[in-house]
Amino acid sequence: MIRSSFAPGVAPVLGAPKAHRSFVMRNPSVLIFLGILALFTLAVTLGAEATGTGALSTSFVKTLGMTLCLCLVAIAMDLVWGYCGILSLGHFAFFGLGGYMIGMWLMWERTEGIVLSATAAQALPPTPDELRAAVGQQIFGVVGGSEIPAIWAFASSLPAQLALVVLVPGLLALVFGWLAFRSRVTGVYLSILTQAMTLALALYLFQNESGLRGNNGLSGLQNIPGMTHLPQSEVSIRFFWASAAALAIGYVLAAWVVAGKFGSVIRGIRDDEARVRFLGYNVEGYKLVIFTLTAIIAAIAGALYYPQAGIISPAEIAPIASIYLAVWVAIGGRGRLYGAVIGAAFVSLVSSWFTGGQAPDIDLGFYVIRWTDWWLVLLGFSFILVTLFAPKGIGGLVDVIRHKVVPDRHGADLGPDKGSFREAEQQ
Amino acid sequence: MSQLLEVSGISVAFDGFKAINNLSFSIGPAELRAIIGPNGAGKTTFMDIVTGKTRPDSGHVTWGERNVSLLRMSESRIAREGIGRKFQRPTVFEDQSVLDNLVMALRNDRGPFSVLRYRRSDGDLGRVRELATEIGLADQLNTRAGILSHGQKQWLEIGMLLAQEPRLLLVDEPAAGMTKAERDRTVDLLRRAAETRAVIVVEHDMDFVRKLGCKVTVLHEGSVLAEGSLDHVTKNQDVIDVYLGR
Repeated sequence: MIRSSFAPGVAPVLGAPKAHRSFVMRNPSVLIFLGILALFTLAVTLGAEATGTGALSTSFVKTLGMTLCLCLVAIAMDLVWGYCGILSLGHFAFFGLGGYMIGMWLMWERTEGIVLSATAAQALPPTPDELRAAVGQQIFGVVGGSEIPAIWAFASSLPAQLALVVLVPGLLALVFGWLAFRSRVTGVYLSILTQAMTLALALYLFQNESGLRGNNGLSGLQNIPGMTHLPQSEVSIRFFWASAAALAIGYVLAAWVVAGKFGSVIRGIRDDEARVRFLGYNVEGYKLVIFTLTAIIAAIAGALYYPQAGIISPAEIAPIASIYLAVWVAIGGRGRLYGAVIGAAFVSLVSSWFTGGQAPDIDLGFYVIRWTDWWLVLLGFSFILVTLFAPKGIGGLVDVIRHKVVPDRHGADLGPDKGSFREAEQQ
Repeated sequence: MSQLLEVSGISVAFDGFKAINNLSFSIGPAELRAIIGPNGAGKTTFMDIVTGKTRPDSGHVTWGERNVSLLRMSESRIAREGIGRKFQRPTVFEDQSVLDNLVMALRNDRGPFSVLRYRRSDGDLGRVRELATEIGLADQLNTRAGILSHGQKQWLEIGMLLAQEPRLLLVDEPAAGMTKAERDRTVDLLRRAAETRAVIVVEHDMDFVRKLGCKVTVLHEGSVLAEGSLDHVTKNQDVIDVYLGR
């Protein structure tokens, strides 16, 4: 039986699958992506104030660094939605939680430094208790208290808070996902559930009692303890590099996950969940793995984003942010990783151009279109148009360029009729 | 002879409608069996119960030499126990290549983390080629399953079932929409498969069932009406009344 398949004329000559081909060889797009990212990083480095000509302002370098973080969270979204078919409207909550976890350390450490330098002139240095009390007063005075909430127990330890960046969103995703997936909640109901989780989290954080300074959020995050001697121009380029590295690692990891059999299985789950189950795969387990993994990626992206943004507040976690995330991925082209990156970079940069007041207003005579107000309408329209007329998004252009013609019957098979038709032809 | 699958006295009702009514059925480890019956006889529900999609209200389903009950297992667990199912409509993963479809079905560890680390071995690839030859798709390993013809999809799905190496194969209307030549090949394939495992075929097409040349179970209103060779059951007056006479 095996022999016959290698018989001359029968053997699949064209692109016969080989057992061992390196991951990069099978995925040239990874190399292309890494190359473009490296060139981009080099270009920004050469243009930045701290390391180059200074053509790019520090705030613009920060914007670019933040955009890279958004690209990373978009990759997470693409994995969970584009590849596994779970339309999560809660991944920005994980992003925000990651930001909060690192923000706690940044704020604590910096406040402690300020208190220490303020009391340096005193004859007696403050006792640890006095120091804690003063730091507590500084951080929580704004919400009318000086008591340090229990959740700040590890705030003075960078390794602990870094671990929490991964653990808190990861555990939340694990528990939430386990409850949702084992009850076989799918489709739009799951989206609503994730949305509810996001809203609940945002509302909780808005409360002063949440222990995370209510609607004030955490601020001053751009002042990195240990880097206070450095100007912001230097800090910004370092965070830009870190973001670029994180995006590169995240992209390669995601590409590796989807390239192999695991990717096959999750795309199978997206297309026909029941069939995968009857093949013997525990669908719920796979969903849980991908949901938790992407939550962790989102959290890491958030932990890199907010030190560049400087401030995090519960408004960032509001459900609309997670919906934007889905819009980016849809516009960029879901089900392909570079599509998510293109979507996030393009839409978020265009968005900041429009809402930043740089876009010229359009005077219609009877009405002036101000883009700061109308940008969301434009975005909404683009989303609808892309969904209706270009479901592959911007990434679909790559197929057009490569002339990759794929007969698309929208999943419909030839059907029994065609079969009997051919039968009639045969007779 | 000890049976591979024993279904005894199962009943299931949907909103008061008894889809399966005190049905008993068994099949040996290497046997081909056709199940026929008019629409609504409970054929699909029967398959749903065996594969764990539907839980019966009463009765037992026992499996294998150790007579384990299938009723408490999840669908995926039952599939791993060695029960493969082919649906009426060909359900292959259209977005993926024939090769990927078959590799996914190969009998390997199905845990998420071992799948993550999975690398195609030469042995697996050889097995895939062997299967592809058997189902006539050896030249189309890199073809996207979505652009195969209807009959080729049916075969691919059968190939995926064989790749699972199940001990029992449940096949729902395999001949639907196939050309005559395709149908003959399918008969061949099923008969060959039944040499080493149990195969249950649900089919409307009498001509196809005749070609299978196996024992036939006639279902009607959720229970077994008659059982035996096709000639035997077609002579049965009850069967003629409810099914063939119409």
